[in-house]
Order: sequence, then C-alpha cells, then structure tokens
Amino acid sequence: MADAVAEPAEAPAAVRHAEEVMGTVFSFDVRGGESAVVRTALAEAVAGLHRVNEVFSTYREDSQVSRLARGELTVAECDPEVAQVLELAAEAERVSEGWFSTTYRGSLDPTGIVKGWAAERAAREIASVGVSGVSVNGGGDVQMFGTPEPHRPWRVGVSDPLRPGGLAAVISAAGVDRLAVATSGTAERGAHIVDPRTGRPAITDLVAATVVAPLLTWADCWATAAFAMGSREGLAWLESLPGVEALLITAGDEVRCTGGLAARLG
Amino acid sequence: MHALKKTRPLRRIVLASAATVSGMVLLLALKPHTSPEAASAVPAPVPGSSASASAGTPASGTKSVDGETVQTRWGPVQVRITLKDGKLTEVTAVTYPTDNPRDQEINSYALPQLRREALAAQSAQIDTVSGATYTSDGYRQSLQSALDSAGR
Repeated sequence: MADAVAEPAEAPAAVRHAEEVMGTVFSFDVRGGESAVVRTALAEAVAGLHRVNEVFSTYREDSQVSRLARGELTVAECDPEVAQVLELAAEAERVSEGWFSTTYRGSLDPTGIVKGWAAERAAREIASVGVSGVSVNGGGDVQMFGTPEPHRPWRVGVSDPLRPGGLAAVISAAGVDRLAVATSGTAERGAHIVDPRTGRPAITDLVAATVVAPLLTWADCWATAAFAMGSREGLAWLESLPGVEALLITAGDEVRCTGGLAARLG
Repeated sequence: MHALKKTRPLRRIVLASAATVSGMVLLLALKPHTSPEAASAVPAPVPGSSASASAGTPASGTKSVDGETVQTRWGPVQVRITLKDGKLTEVTAVTYPTDNPRDQEINSYALPQLRREALAAQSAQIDTVSGATYTSDGYRQSLQSALDSAGR
C-alpha cells in the first residue's frame, strides 16, 4: 500500500481503504501524516463504524436502539453515543420543521442520521492525528478535512441520477478546511420519508437533493428533509440555512441550486 | 424567473460532466467486481511489467495494474491500467474473446472507446462521489469503487 516515505513538498502519501458496514461501503482516503499513526487511526475509525452499527442497527433485534425502541432499555442505559445522536436528531427535526424525523410508524428509527454522523466522526478522528487531508465517503455522503495535495482542494463528483455513471456537477472544497456533501435520492430510504403534515409517505418532484455544508451530520439530514419537501419548498428552506448550499434535480431533469452554490462548483 | 436564471450555467456543467465521465461506466463494465477488501489497497503491480516506481510508492512513477477478468456480453475481458504519477494514462485489454464473430467489434470499437472514455473520465479529476446511498452490491458497480481501486 501507499506507505512511502513522505515527501511533504510533493504529493503526500495516500492511504485508501473501503469497508463494508451498515449495509453499504465506507471509502477512506487519507493523505499525509505518519504512516503507522494513520494506520492505527484508520483501524480505530473502522472499528468505530462497526460498533455504531451494533448499537444503532434497527435490523438487529438485540441492538441497543432496537431494545430502546421496545422499551427494554432507557437512553441512560445505552452507550453515551445514543443520547448524543438522539439529541442531534431532535435538533434536525426542529430545524426542518418535522421533515427530518427519527420516528417511523410510531417507532424510534435514527437510521437517517446515524450514517452521516458516523462518517463525520470517523473523518474527524483521523483528521485529529495530524494528516494533511482526509475524505470519508459513507455510501455516497462525504466528509472532507484539509486537502489531498498541496494547492489542490478535494473535489467531489455529484452523481447524476438520470444518467447513471455520469456527474451532475463537481463540488470543490477550495478555500475551506472542512466540507461535507450529502445526497438524498429515490434509491435511498424510499417511502421511509414521511410528510409531517399528512403522516404519509412524502410526495416529491425530486430525484435527488445534494446538500453542501461544513459538517456531514447536518448536510445528510438537510438532504433528506429537502428531498421530501420537493423542489420549491426545499430550495426556499435550504436558502434560509446559513452556510448551506444545495443542488436539486427534478424528475423532469431540471437543476435548481441555491444562490451561493456557484462558489462551490469546481 | 429566478430559478431559471440560476439553472442555466449549471446546465452546461451537467452536459460537460456527463460527457467526460460517462466513460467510467464502460470502464466499470469491464471492471471486475472488486470486493471492498480488495479495494483497500492499490492493486498489486503486474509481475514483469515495466514499473519504474518501487513497490509501495503508487503516487509517483509509472506502473501497471491488472483488473480481474470479467464476463462481458462479448466474453471474458481483462483490463490493464497504466498509472503515471498517480494519473491514469493508458487502458488496454490483456484478455479478450477471440473465438466469436464479435471479436472484430471489440478490437475495432469497444476497446478503443473504453480507453478514450476512461482517459476522459480521468480529466474530471474527482476524488470521490456523492450520490444516493448505494447498497454493498451497488458499490461494486459505482464510480466510487473505480476511484478506490484505481487510486487515481
């Protein structure tokens, strides 16, 4: 693998890893840093993702979240991460006026926030050990810190839902030290997204909602909420959020974006 | 209308990007199904290839990596990718069907097109891809999987 002697003036050494967890694949791309330290941090971050899956999975009968949902555990009896995530989810629900929710069919289901939160945390853990750049992609939602190479920002392709394999745009992290890009689409969660006004599956004119924000926990929640809102309400709501840009693609192949997105296009 | 004004410049980007990256799909079609474990490392250098970089320094020098053999609608195909300073510079087929009437089609059309489009995709210069969540199986056919394997 890429454990070359680092040449800081040139391209820093790259360490890549792909890990199957949470029903998808997490891709890591770490640049620079001391090789052994990076490897240890990467291994710990990967182990952390598997622990998160064990605790939060709604597919596992015996996960803490499943037991919490059945009333067999209290939040206080769960790992501290559970209370932390539920708090973040409650804030997401408030800010999105109920469009993002962790209640599904009357039962607790924090699935919608866990993946983004876990990828953000993994990226932050790796960033903290002294690397020049890290990108963690959790099944299509990305958190980046630093840069991949000197004088070159991270660049994220936004896949085009209507042209498989093609890109709808390229987002650049130029000029910022942290950036997240999350996309919610028809393939994701499906009818799991509920219109809070009707309590029924949301009817949307969108095929994808991509949100660009500093941190992935929020980018992910806002993408989910905006996707459910539809293009008109979603765009207006996203414009009202500070530091958040977005690109929405309708079933009719129209692209709508927030006013500040142009500055982030690479 | 406001929304329309904003839409226009982006449309052009959509078209340009779609054109450059569509080639990656073809590359993927010929790409092996890479398991996540296999994607965890830059693929091993081809034995006997003219790799000028020492092993373990994929970011510099020239080296070749072979994909696994995959079944295409034309038959088994194995692709060799050449990376120079971490950039994809060449795509060739090391294995391709020779015993059916479609051989000519592959040699004269499909493989050159694969090469051209894969190189064009490289010029999009992206590190990673955001899209609606894929399943573990979906990952194997994703652009992200190709990026993880190719190591750019």
